[in-house]
Amino acid sequence: MIKKFLIIIFTTLALTLNVNAGSDGDLILKKNEPAEVKDCFEKINRFTFAFNQTLDGVVFKPIASLYRKLPSPAKTGVSNSLDNISHLITIPNNILQGDFKQAGVNTGRFIINTTVGILGIFDVAEYLGLTNYEKEDYGQSLAKLGVGPGCYIVLPVLGPSTIRDTVASTFNYLGGDPWYNITVGEDTQYFKNSDYYYSKGASGIDFRAKNYDSIENLKKNSLDFYASVKSLYLQDRQQKILNSRKIINTQNDSDWDEISQ
Amino acid sequence: MKIRKIILIIFFYFLTIGSSFSIEADIFVQSTVNRASKILSENLSKDEKINKLKIIAEETVDIRGIGFYTLGSIRKNLDDNQKKKYSKLFREYFLKSFSSRLSEYTNPEIDVLSKEVLNENYTIVNSLLKGTSERPEVKIDWRVYTKNPENPLIRDLIIEGLSLARTQKEEFASILNSNDNQIDALFKTLEEFSKN
Repeated sequence: MIKKFLIIIFTTLALTLNVNAGSDGDLILKKNEPAEVKDCFEKINRFTFAFNQTLDGVVFKPIASLYRKLPSPAKTGVSNSLDNISHLITIPNNILQGDFKQAGVNTGRFIINTTVGILGIFDVAEYLGLTNYEKEDYGQSLAKLGVGPGCYIVLPVLGPSTIRDTVASTFNYLGGDPWYNITVGEDTQYFKNSDYYYSKGASGIDFRAKNYDSIENLKKNSLDFYASVKSLYLQDRQQKILNSRKIINTQNDSDWDEISQ
Repeated sequence: MKIRKIILIIFFYFLTIGSSFSIEADIFVQSTVNRASKILSENLSKDEKINKLKIIAEETVDIRGIGFYTLGSIRKNLDDNQKKKYSKLFREYFLKSFSSRLSEYTNPEIDVLSKEVLNENYTIVNSLLKGTSERPEVKIDWRVYTKNPENPLIRDLIIEGLSLARTQKEEFASILNSNDNQIDALFKTLEEFSKN
């Protein structure tokens, strides 16, 4: 079964891999167009999605609900600390994407916030003008290199992803994530394994709490919640890959104009 | 000379009248938001709020246009009766979904920040939903259809870069794909949503 799964991953990547450092924004945009991402494992994905929904109802939602009741400064502190840790993956990916200036800015942010900002609890760098922090990961770097997303996939507990992003996330466990290296990896004299898992769990709770109303609202008003989440996830990935908050081809104007006649 | 002067006055009069009816997209959005905020902050029952919000939606949103956009290319295969039925069902679905989503908020504060004219048909209005102790601030962009400047209409809400119209389109496509592109399956889903 695992062998079969690896073959599927390998074949998908081989089909989508088109390394081209010179890929322009349009090509990357097209490759990551949500409507173009195939849902090759839809039945399994829907099953995993249902499992994740149950898990959310039993674990994440109740904890997020309590977390929301914490005073704002406490929530901001937790959120800032988690963002600070995420710099450790963002910075190498800034470099991989050739964005050396941003790598410098983010390194400055990390040093200032870890020291003056007391382990990242306070975003002092923001006050000093080092603003607009955008997270980067190995999936985004592969996309920038021209690797297509492959099929859409829903991972147990972790949620929506694509084959490319799932494969890329394994880099985190192969030395690509300094936070993993100093907690779960070999050099663990200052931290425990549990520190890593607590931080990952806290990230999930923080995300769930920040989007609590939006998720509940979407769930209540969706005709097909699975399809809505898939669409929103893929739109979000497309934006993050292009590092653009601009409206990306949200609608084909000619499509609308035909309606208007 | 006198006639020429009169003609000029009449010309400028109509020019002024004509331009005074066109509504700027950002002012239109701010006014719509203010109307909705007022209703949400009033001491009304949830049902009363929903009914008032529906009226605002009918006046300011291009529901028919969004409906057919959402349907995608399959709309070209529908006959007139199916189009009529779809428009009716979509309107009911949209109004219920829209008002239900909004009625969860109490006194939301939205500030219109800027606008970007894409072309003569579309303007994007940028706004910010202020954060509260329970949720962070949210960027909301409004795609306003301005072909008729006297009657601008909202065609999409883009929340933190995520388009609601596009999400809905992909949701409908998923329902159709799961049912061999049978429009009746979508009709049934829409009917069930509106009834519940």
